[in-house]
Amino acid sequence: MEKFTVLKGLAAPMDRANVDTDMIIPKQFLKSIRRSGFGLNLFDELRYLDHGEPDQDCTSRPKNPDFVLNQPRYAGASVLLARQNFGCGSSREHAPWALLDYGFRCVIAPSFADIFFNNCFKNGILPIVLDEVVVDQLFREVAAQEGYTLTVNLPDQEIVTPAGQVIPFEVDSFRKHCLIHGLDDIGLTLEDADAIRAFEAKWQQQAPWLFVNP
Amino acid sequence: MTAKTLYDKLWDSHLVKQRDDGTALIYIDRQLIHEVTSPQAFEGLRMAGRKPWRVGANLATPDHNVPTSRAERARGVDGIEDSISRIQVKTLDDNCRDFGITEFHINDERQGIVHVIGPEQGATLPGMTVVCGDSHTSTHGAFGALAHGIGTSEVEHVLATQCLIQKKMKNMLVRVDGQLQPGVTAKDVILAIIAEIGTAGGTGYAMEFGGEVIRALSMEGRMTICNMAIEAGARAGMVAVDQTTIDYVKGRPFAPKGAQWEQAVAYWRTLVSDAGARFDRIVEIDGSALKPQVSWGTSPEMVVPVDGRVPDPAQESDPVRKAGIESALKYMGLQAGQAITDIRLDRVFIGSCTNSRIEDLREAAAVVKGRKVAASLKQAMVVPGSGLVKKQAEAEGLDRIFTEAGLEWREPGCSMCLAMNADRLEAGEHCASTSNRNFEGRQGYGGRTHLVSPAMAAAAAIAGHFVNVNDFVKQ
Ligand code: SF4
Repeated sequence: MEKFTVLKGLAAPMDRANVDTDMIIPKQFLKSIRRSGFGLNLFDELRYLDHGEPDQDCTSRPKNPDFVLNQPRYAGASVLLARQNFGCGSSREHAPWALLDYGFRCVIAPSFADIFFNNCFKNGILPIVLDEVVVDQLFREVAAQEGYTLTVNLPDQEIVTPAGQVIPFEVDSFRKHCLIHGLDDIGLTLEDADAIRAFEAKWQQQAPWLFVNP
Repeated sequence: MTAKTLYDKLWDSHLVKQRDDGTALIYIDRQLIHEVTSPQAFEGLRMAGRKPWRVGANLATPDHNVPTSRAERARGVDGIEDSISRIQVKTLDDNCRDFGITEFHINDERQGIVHVIGPEQGATLPGMTVVCGDSHTSTHGAFGALAHGIGTSEVEHVLATQCLIQKKMKNMLVRVDGQLQPGVTAKDVILAIIAEIGTAGGTGYAMEFGGEVIRALSMEGRMTICNMAIEAGARAGMVAVDQTTIDYVKGRPFAPKGAQWEQAVAYWRTLVSDAGARFDRIVEIDGSALKPQVSWGTSPEMVVPVDGRVPDPAQESDPVRKAGIESALKYMGLQAGQAITDIRLDRVFIGSCTNSRIEDLREAAAVVKGRKVAASLKQAMVVPGSGLVKKQAEAEGLDRIFTEAGLEWREPGCSMCLAMNADRLEAGEHCASTSNRNFEGRQGYGGRTHLVSPAMAAAAAIAGHFVNVNDFVKQ
């Protein structure tokens, strides 16, 4: 997993509540057995005017000129501004894979769905929850100013706007640690292998029927 | 001793290690695996040179991509026409074989939707922690289990360590008291709950369902309710263990037997929230007042009773909600204020992990029996949740009732719930569906989904538009 420390990136607005993971990456692309290559199909149904299929050449597809990410001013954005309950619905990790593959490393919203929120951290994406009023302000500013760039500083837990305003944010300390160091949490968990084995032995005594294998 | 909720008990009994930073290692008893969210997890194991921690805790089956037409199914995996789907199902077969994981293959009669086969096999038991790379894993909470969906990285994590890194959620109780009116089912109850608290209402909570209505439900009904807890934002839904739970589990292939059965049952009976246990939030619903529900929009909270009307955005003051209603009306091709019963349908889908169990099929069959599907409909299909549900339904003659009425009787799988296989809506088509999500494009590009109960879907198939199943049955 790629480390996340300080990100200075162009922000793009996704001005819509309850963006679900079906919308972030539609189901036909879930047939892939790889982790990469989903960026071209991020927001596929909003982004293109035709119906996309896996392995299709996207360069010749008709783009929806009204879709925000198709506007040239947002090309190369790495910070996504979003509305409440972003990432709801399906648990598909293809959603953060698609965001990452497209180039987003940070998503800012007033709230996220739990599974999506968790999946972001596993892939080097930092989801940040900010107060609705603050998110509103960012939406207004990004619309008003072309090239609106945010500096997201994870070690210091703050966002700096182009005007120099400093916005602090909360992040879970374990997740912060993993992101900053790009750590694979399986390796970390396996450091507790003895504790897992001890638990398992005790649990098997208490509930032996759970150890009857299918 | 302090009073505990059911969730507290399940959490405490699986706590391997509490870390200083607030996270915890939680032991996982069962992982269910399907073809869509597992390939990258197995790949990760291989690349790191890791082996599954406890192979026997896993059970796999293909469900999302499998075709449901008999012709395509007849030739097994090789018969899957869509080459990308075929590779994904084959990859599951290869991975399970390589790592020694038990898999119910495509044409095994035990194959089916993961959330149907787990309980059916007794692979889901009370008191367990159950995970799957699928958000509807909340279904299994109906057994007094702690069950929730996880992402693919976590699938790999569970394979490698038998644990998950978790933070404890808050406790919510949704109490549904009273008595359901005829024609009102578990599906209507959960749709009404989501309409009440919203799709983010349960975010951060483990949601226990209780009250007279829930106690009176069968296990199938409880599974339908817990299945859609995730649509209310809660990763985990659950129902306390009672005699209904124990009766359902008894005799299932992987359920305990003999002396172990007695020991297990004694333990399972403790899996209830203690009197006086503290919930962070309690929601009360009057079950007696509920009517059959229909979703009109593109989010599972956009639901009204069947005798209601499509809402008018002009009457919504919150700007984000108002914009949500406007965009949903546009996508759904509906007018503000339109009566729900005036929505014309193109297709009907009875199936999915929400409503494809035997009881759901019986409910639907009772409505269509001796009637004919409306001529205006392009298609009405029934997709059983597993090979065993299909076999049972056929033994009861339900398949004939469906086919005589003009509904298609299909092979088990997820099918048109998410349309990864060939079963899908065309752009602009309206579908009465017993599934759980009405998101844009969910059942096919441009397709318009209306979530309903099996009885309501069946009545809609006959009428060609929505009707209150009660009026209809009286006719
Ligand atoms: S039936 Fe639908 S919701 Fe259930 S597991 Fe399959 S695709 Fe997911």
